[in-house]
Amino acid sequence: MTDSATTPPRQPMAALPGGEVTEEGPMLAADGRPLKHSLNRALRREKLRAFLLVSPLLIFILVAFVAPIADMLFRSVENQIVSETLPRTVAALREDQNLPQAAPGEPVYEALYTDLFIAAEYKSHTRLGSRLNYEMTGLSSLFRGTGRDVGRFDTDIYTDQFIEAEPALEDPVAWTNWMEQDEIRAGLPFTADAWDAWVKLTVEANEDDPLEEDVEDFVYTALYRDLANGADPEGFPDVDVSEFETVSIKALFEESDEDWVDPEIWQVIKTYSPAYTDGYFLNSVDMMNGPDGDAQWRPADEQIYLKLFWRTMWMSLAITFSCILLGYPIAYLLSTLPLRSANVLMILVLLPFWTSLLVRTSAWKVLLQQQGVINDTLVWLGIVSDANRLALINNATGTVIAMTHILLPFMILPLYSVMKTIPPSYMRAAKSMGANDWTAFWRVWFPLSVPGIGAGSILAFILSIGYYITPEIVGGTEGVFISNRIAYHISSSLNWGLAAALGTILLALVLTLYWVYDRIVGIDNVKLGG
Amino acid sequence: MAQGSSTEAFVEFERVQKSYDGEKLVVKDLNLSLPKGEFLTMLGPSGSGKTTCLMMLAGFETATHGEIRLDGKSINNIPPHKRGIGMVFQNYALFPHMTVGENLSFPLEVRKLSKSEREQKIARALDMVQMGEFKNRRPTQLSGGQQQRIALARALVFEPELVLMDEPLGALDKQLRETLQFEITELAHRLGITVVYVTHDQTEALTMSDRVAVFDDGRIQQLAPPDELYEKPQNSFVAQFIGENNTLEGVVEKIDATTCLVRLDGGEVIDALPVNVSKVGERTRVSIRPERVESNLERLHPDAHTLPATVQEFIYMGDTFRTRLKVAGRDDFIMKTRNAPDQPRLKPGEQIRIGWLAEDCRALDA
Repeated sequence: MTDSATTPPRQPMAALPGGEVTEEGPMLAADGRPLKHSLNRALRREKLRAFLLVSPLLIFILVAFVAPIADMLFRSVENQIVSETLPRTVAALREDQNLPQAAPGEPVYEALYTDLFIAAEYKSHTRLGSRLNYEMTGLSSLFRGTGRDVGRFDTDIYTDQFIEAEPALEDPVAWTNWMEQDEIRAGLPFTADAWDAWVKLTVEANEDDPLEEDVEDFVYTALYRDLANGADPEGFPDVDVSEFETVSIKALFEESDEDWVDPEIWQVIKTYSPAYTDGYFLNSVDMMNGPDGDAQWRPADEQIYLKLFWRTMWMSLAITFSCILLGYPIAYLLSTLPLRSANVLMILVLLPFWTSLLVRTSAWKVLLQQQGVINDTLVWLGIVSDANRLALINNATGTVIAMTHILLPFMILPLYSVMKTIPPSYMRAAKSMGANDWTAFWRVWFPLSVPGIGAGSILAFILSIGYYITPEIVGGTEGVFISNRIAYHISSSLNWGLAAALGTILLALVLTLYWVYDRIVGIDNVKLGG
Repeated sequence: MAQGSSTEAFVEFERVQKSYDGEKLVVKDLNLSLPKGEFLTMLGPSGSGKTTCLMMLAGFETATHGEIRLDGKSINNIPPHKRGIGMVFQNYALFPHMTVGENLSFPLEVRKLSKSEREQKIARALDMVQMGEFKNRRPTQLSGGQQQRIALARALVFEPELVLMDEPLGALDKQLRETLQFEITELAHRLGITVVYVTHDQTEALTMSDRVAVFDDGRIQQLAPPDELYEKPQNSFVAQFIGENNTLEGVVEKIDATTCLVRLDGGEVIDALPVNVSKVGERTRVSIRPERVESNLERLHPDAHTLPATVQEFIYMGDTFRTRLKVAGRDDFIMKTRNAPDQPRLKPGEQIRIGWLAEDCRALDA
């Protein structure tokens, strides 16, 4: 063979003239430096310019899109609310030996008393209640109820007995002096901690001067704990607490709500006390952390997300497949028609893009409902009896029909752009070689249009897997997607952690599919235009 | 001029017309017949109807009127895949998703040949175009020339008797085109196949064909072997289209069977051969090939009419000289002379006289 390729392979322009090939080693530019170096230097300016041109959009996307998403995804594992609201309880639970067989001991309740008292003042106990309610129903009302009660606990007997034994203990100024002495603080750890919390609370939440306020009961309760433990720091008034009348904090909690002595509730609090949790993700796949801390399936009647994920997947596949089925012939026609007619048809294809999504979906509602146009027509034609009107909406069928219609252009356009590049001479060549219309299509045209099917499918599938509005309107309960559940958790149940976990799983799912697709079909084969 | 053994018509167009829009005829009354084994080229400018004719023969377009016969049978209503005609396209039309071997296997598979038969025929066809070792390559890995060889092999692998070629060399560079021109004609004659070849390149048409059909405006303007086409064009379109040509316009002043006198619009009188003129007073366009223009008047008949000419430009081309002259009011008159020792090298502005043999100057339609 004498002839070679008609077009030589394109090579990047050398930055500097006089590139020479030495016997060994890299190509050198005229000044003796490696040619690659010189090329990079010459291109740097261009690269910088290109970067400057895209930077406004880049910054916008980083600030308005990537950062919020990252923050949102972070919420799927973030769980600081328990340890922030109940720091002392969390610490005490770590020491406790009773769980999970029995309710924790008195120290945990004493810690909870302080925590909950402060939380109630800050009103943060209801937020914690809602958070823990995701893991176990009833915890929200438990926290709310006890939050109301905690200020009226009968711990004032300690206050009264202390003030009776040592009147100076009533004076916040004296307290302030004591609490500035390191020896006293070291000797009375619970008291010091409670005092600091009270001062902070008084200043921050109530905007009062601690020097003019009555010291709260929980500080005296803490003092009793310290002194009962045998503490006797120098400089602090000597009070003999051995004769004090006592009260069990645990009993007080039990009195407020007997659930407080239920070890199961304490197990939940303990399980969710770390700052990061896999609980939302387990919840997303219908699992939970069991009493012994191991992941286990939720009860069958609470399993919903796997079913929803599965439904989202197969319905998206069904929608994608319907789009291929309906879109392929149209795209074929578009690509083979003369330009003028193809343009008219193209406008018809694009028409849905110019109509509001809501209008289109609502139109489907009118068409598909039991008393709607389609059912009426079928009844009128006698195909369906009046009593057995088809259920075409508020179920999976409705979602598939409406979504197929909405996503069809996303299938047709890539298909068309790929088919447009298949020269008509291929079909002619096939036929001239003796292939009939079908063989020519199946052996030649179809394989060449596969990249278009791939591009259209990946577009339609990914769009549909995250679709929200249409399933919400026409899907009823049987035709909603996982995204509807995410939206519910974002805006109604306010369980953002779960919403974030579901969203993260959805994102991972799409990326995995994309990766698999790249492996099988090759993303380079996908042509979205040109 | 057919080189095949048979003189019977193998492909026949009879009164074929074609219109796409119902308003304009793209092909007007086409009559053409070619014997088995002939290499016929359809030559013409774009839009002249040549490709449409080829497509009608292949079956991709239907004739609006008339009949197309292949080997005596009308094929008007036979779909393309049943015609058994091989075809080579300008863009090669090799299937990019198949290897070279698979491409060649395609026509054999649809004919349900056994695997061993296929392998054998593919190997033979590839050897024929000297591409044996490229069987497992993809078409995109081949150069244009290699692709066209494969396309040729694919059109021949199922042994059709008729092969159509639609500007197969149009996308190749000049040198490659010349090599392949030779290879295609050689192959066609060796295999004894009938070829209908479409091109707009007149050199290609002249060098490759047994006969050339010059198309213009939906009609065959002239159907003749290459030498006749070049030397004896039947009308001014053919004269203009094939090769380089000087044209002068005038009125027939005197006419007999073998010669005529034409008075040019500038007043000069010249000798010409009447081709498309029949009576005195008729307007005509005379055509003279540049290499038939003579500046050495001694070589002409003593009674020959000559014309004054002014040298505008003298171009040295190596083997020839190309002189642009101002003659009878036109300054695009070209004279081509051989580079011989006695041939003068003219200078711009020089005044000379030129003439020609009457039979080299053809009086055609106006």
